[in-house]
Amino acid sequence: MAVLFGADDVRRAISRIAHEIVERDRDVPALALVGIRARGDLLAARLAAEIARNEGATVPLGALDITLYRDDLTRIGYAPTVHRTELPFSVDDRVVVLVDDVLYTGRTIRAAMDALVDYGRPRAIRLAVLVDRGHRDLPIRADFVGKNVPTQVTDDVRVHLAEADGRDEIELVRAEEGV
Amino acid sequence: MTTWTRRHVLSTEDWSRAEIETVLENAHAMAEVLSRPVRRAPALHGRTVILFFAEVSTRTRVSFELAAKALSADVVNITATGSSVEKGETLLDTVRTLQALGGDVVVMRHSAAGAPYFVAERTDAAVINAGDGAHAHPSQGLLDAYTLRAKLGDLEGKRIVIVGDVLHSRVARSDIHTLAPLGAEITLSGPPTLMPAAWRCGSLPERVRYEPDVDRALDGADAVIALRLQRERAEAGLLPSLREYARVWGITEARVARMRPEAPVLHPGPMNEGIEIDAAVAHGPRSLIERQVTNGVAIRMALLYLLAGTPAS
Repeated sequence: MAVLFGADDVRRAISRIAHEIVERDRDVPALALVGIRARGDLLAARLAAEIARNEGATVPLGALDITLYRDDLTRIGYAPTVHRTELPFSVDDRVVVLVDDVLYTGRTIRAAMDALVDYGRPRAIRLAVLVDRGHRDLPIRADFVGKNVPTQVTDDVRVHLAEADGRDEIELVRAEEGV
Repeated sequence: MTTWTRRHVLSTEDWSRAEIETVLENAHAMAEVLSRPVRRAPALHGRTVILFFAEVSTRTRVSFELAAKALSADVVNITATGSSVEKGETLLDTVRTLQALGGDVVVMRHSAAGAPYFVAERTDAAVINAGDGAHAHPSQGLLDAYTLRAKLGDLEGKRIVIVGDVLHSRVARSDIHTLAPLGAEITLSGPPTLMPAAWRCGSLPERVRYEPDVDRALDGADAVIALRLQRERAEAGLLPSLREYARVWGITEARVARMRPEAPVLHPGPMNEGIEIDAAVAHGPRSLIERQVTNGVAIRMALLYLLAGTPAS
C-alpha cells in the first residue's frame, strides 16, 4: 500500500481546483457544485467553502445519488440502497461542476450526467475529481484534476475524507496486497 | 444496512426490522424522484411489470402502475373483468399465461388468501402481493409506516390505534406486521364481532392489545388508522346497522380531540365518509390520507426496485 496524498496534499488540491473552477468560466453567479454520493458530495462542500472564502460568493451546492442511473443494476445481483438526491436550485442555464473523488471507467459520470439533465438544461457541465486513475470505458475526461495516478486495473484507489473517515488520505492498494 | 435478498413480497409478517427499514430508506429517495421536473429514472428500463388484478381496485393498481413507470418499466395490465378469468380460467391457467408472457415482476391482487404464494411457487417472476383476501397487503403496511414515521419520527413506544373491521382487514394485519417491528404499541378497537376471536379473548401478538371502548383506546394516542367498513357486514348480521357503527366507532372530531395534539388520522381508502370517518376529519388538518396516496407510489417504487435487483434463483 502506498499513500498517494496526505492531508496537506488534499487541502492544496482542493484549494487549487477551487481557483481553477472560477478561472475557467469567470461567471461565479452562474456556478453550481454538485457532488456525487458518497465522497463527491463532501468534496463539493469543501470546494464551495473555498470559493466562498476566495470570492465572497455563495455557490449553490447539491448532492447526486446515481444508483437509479447505473448501467449494471441487472448485473451486480443485488440492489444497493438508493440515497436521496438533493438539488435545492434550478440547474437551468447554470455551469454545473460535477464533483467526484475518483475518476476511473467514467460510467459513474455518464450516469450523473443523465441524472442531471433530468433536472433541467445546464449551460455547461464540468467535471472535477480528486484523483484520475485512468482506464476509461467511455469518452469522458475531467476538467479539473487533483492528481493523475497511473494504476493497474486490479489496483484499488481509496479516498478517505475527514468528514466520513476521520482523516484526509488517498491510498493506492495493489492487488497482491489485498486488504 | 442489510443486503436485500428477498425474491418476493408476499407479507411482512416474517420480515426483520432491518428489511422494513431498507424499504423505507429506499422509498425516501424514491419520493425525491417523484418531485422532479422529469418524474422518471431509468433503473427498470427494459423490465416488464405485469399488474394482475383479479379483484377490483383502482388506487392500488394505479399506484403500482405509476411506480413502475417512474422507474421506466414496461407495464402490462390483466384485470379480472374483460379477461379470460371471467370466462372461467383457473388461477393455474393464468399463472401459465403469466409465465409465458415473461414479466420480471407480477403484482397481484386476489380475493383468495394465499393466492400470491401459489403464483410465486410457479413462476420465475418476482411476485408482489397487492392484497390477498383478508390475509395481507404488505405495500399498504409499509406506506403507513413511512407516512407515520415522516410525521412522528421514530415509532418506538408510539401508540397507534387501529379502529374498525380488523377481522376482515388485510390492511390491519399488514399494519401490525410492519409497525410492531418498528417499536410501535398498537391498540385495536372495534366491534367484538369484527375482531378475530383469539385476539378478542386476549391472545394477541406482541405489542398489540385490544380495547373495545374506542374513546379509551384513543385517549393520549399518537395516531389513529380508521379501517374501511364493508357495507355487507351489516347485512351479514355482524353489525346492527351502519348508523349504529358510525355512532359507536366512527372517527369524529370529538374522538380525534382525545388523542395527543396534532396526532394524525390515516385511512387506507376508499372511505365511507360519515360511517367509519367523518368528512370533517377526513379532510381536516390532522388527515394524512392524501399523503398516504403519494407515499404509496414511493413505497411501491422501492419494492419494484429492490426485487428487480435480485437475480432469479
